[in-house]
Amino acid sequence: MNQALGHWQPAGTVYGGLLTFSREWDLWAPRMQDKPYLAPPRAPVLYIKSANTFSPAGQSLRLEDGLTEVALCATLGLVMGEEGQVQALALLADWMVPHASYFRPAVRWRCRDGFLGLPAQATPVAHLGDWSALSWQVWRNDELVQTSSLAQLREPVSKRLADLQAFMPLQPGEVLMVGSDCLPDGTRPLFGPGDRVRISAPGLVSVEQGIEPAKEGMA
Amino acid sequence: MKHARVAYEGAIHDAVAHPDGLRLTHGPHAGRCVSEDAVVWLPPLRPLARPRTILALGLNYAERASTLEFKAPEEPLAFMKGESSLIGHRAHTVRPPAVKNMHYECELAVIIGQPARRVPRARALSVVDGYTVANDYAIRDDLENWYRPNLKVKNRPGATPIGPWRVDAADVPDPSALRLHTTVNGQRTQSGSTADMIFDVPSLIEYFSHFMTLLPGDVILTGTPDGVINCVAGDVIVTTIEGIGALQNTLVAPPAPTPSTSPTP
Repeated sequence: MNQALGHWQPAGTVYGGLLTFSREWDLWAPRMQDKPYLAPPRAPVLYIKSANTFSPAGQSLRLEDGLTEVALCATLGLVMGEEGQVQALALLADWMVPHASYFRPAVRWRCRDGFLGLPAQATPVAHLGDWSALSWQVWRNDELVQTSSLAQLREPVSKRLADLQAFMPLQPGEVLMVGSDCLPDGTRPLFGPGDRVRISAPGLVSVEQGIEPAKEGMA
Repeated sequence: MKHARVAYEGAIHDAVAHPDGLRLTHGPHAGRCVSEDAVVWLPPLRPLARPRTILALGLNYAERASTLEFKAPEEPLAFMKGESSLIGHRAHTVRPPAVKNMHYECELAVIIGQPARRVPRARALSVVDGYTVANDYAIRDDLENWYRPNLKVKNRPGATPIGPWRVDAADVPDPSALRLHTTVNGQRTQSGSTADMIFDVPSLIEYFSHFMTLLPGDVILTGTPDGVINCVAGDVIVTTIEGIGALQNTLVAPPAPTPSTSPTP
């Protein structure tokens, strides 16, 4: 875990968001009244990425326990400063085991070791211009597989931050991931052993990560 | 030994239990013995340079699982909490005013002492540093069926009291044989035994460490038995685990809003 000394790691809890992009919300909307959900979400749908998931720049993601593919939630992390203000931005490779149910997620779907790929540095917002419509691109090897933009969020970042901080004020160093868009069919881009991911955006440090199979005898 | 972290006379100290209350062991007033009400109690956890992983269990007591929903789960129903949810012994926790059902949950908290990955059940207790008591309050009005239990129910700031003591694992030979109970304003409302956990402490460590590395200072809140009831502002809730400690918390109304800047004279 200390191979990448000097590379950025979150200093506080990392919170993730789900169903934040219009496309995914609209795909889910016809099913939101069905069991087991029974109603559309009222509060922000959130989860936590624990410190064991942090994969500092330069480290590969190793698939273990028989996993053969992982889904990528390519997102933007808002690194919080004082008084609930955004201090810096970081592109993040938020990995998950693909799952169809949003009812009661297993920790093992999101919080396996190395399941959050980090950039070498977070970028202070003071170094950026207007980032309210920032877009980022996801590459699998040399193929562009997804382009997402903050303009496609169901609600602007400022509204989302305000809704969340009304019950859970974010502390300096904590990170709120704005959520990730899905592909047109509702899934997330899949990656397997031997693949390489790159997430890039203008003005921000890219995330690059290789996917490796399990070590011998560890599958 | 029973360890605490407290603020006393302007500084944070480590302390240990003493017949007169606490003996301060590290900090500017180390060596002094002070009473339990002379200090501000902090969560009894060593500070970490990284975000602390806090795992919590839902439906981990047989009786409660049967009253709440369905058959016993086949794997632990776990979720995570942020460190800002933690607060120490004798503190006040805000009860949002419009809420109809906010209940305590008395839980045995396991504190990890060594990096743990793929630790088999038989060896699991050897990675435990110690135990403490947690009160994992839930605001049930906010329960929704999206990524349950959603954080608005379980992750309000300061709504997870923990403490008073971190008790060395060596002093707790069997974490599966501890009586626990809760009182509200002195009336007993919840009773149980950690013997009734569906997944006991060794099983939980084996389960989590199978897919994630548990690190020193990480915490597992092991779930609560039946007997949780709504509490209101002003109620004093004491969650007790035999041999570990009695954790007191008072529910309060939110403070009146204050302007963020002082008015100019």
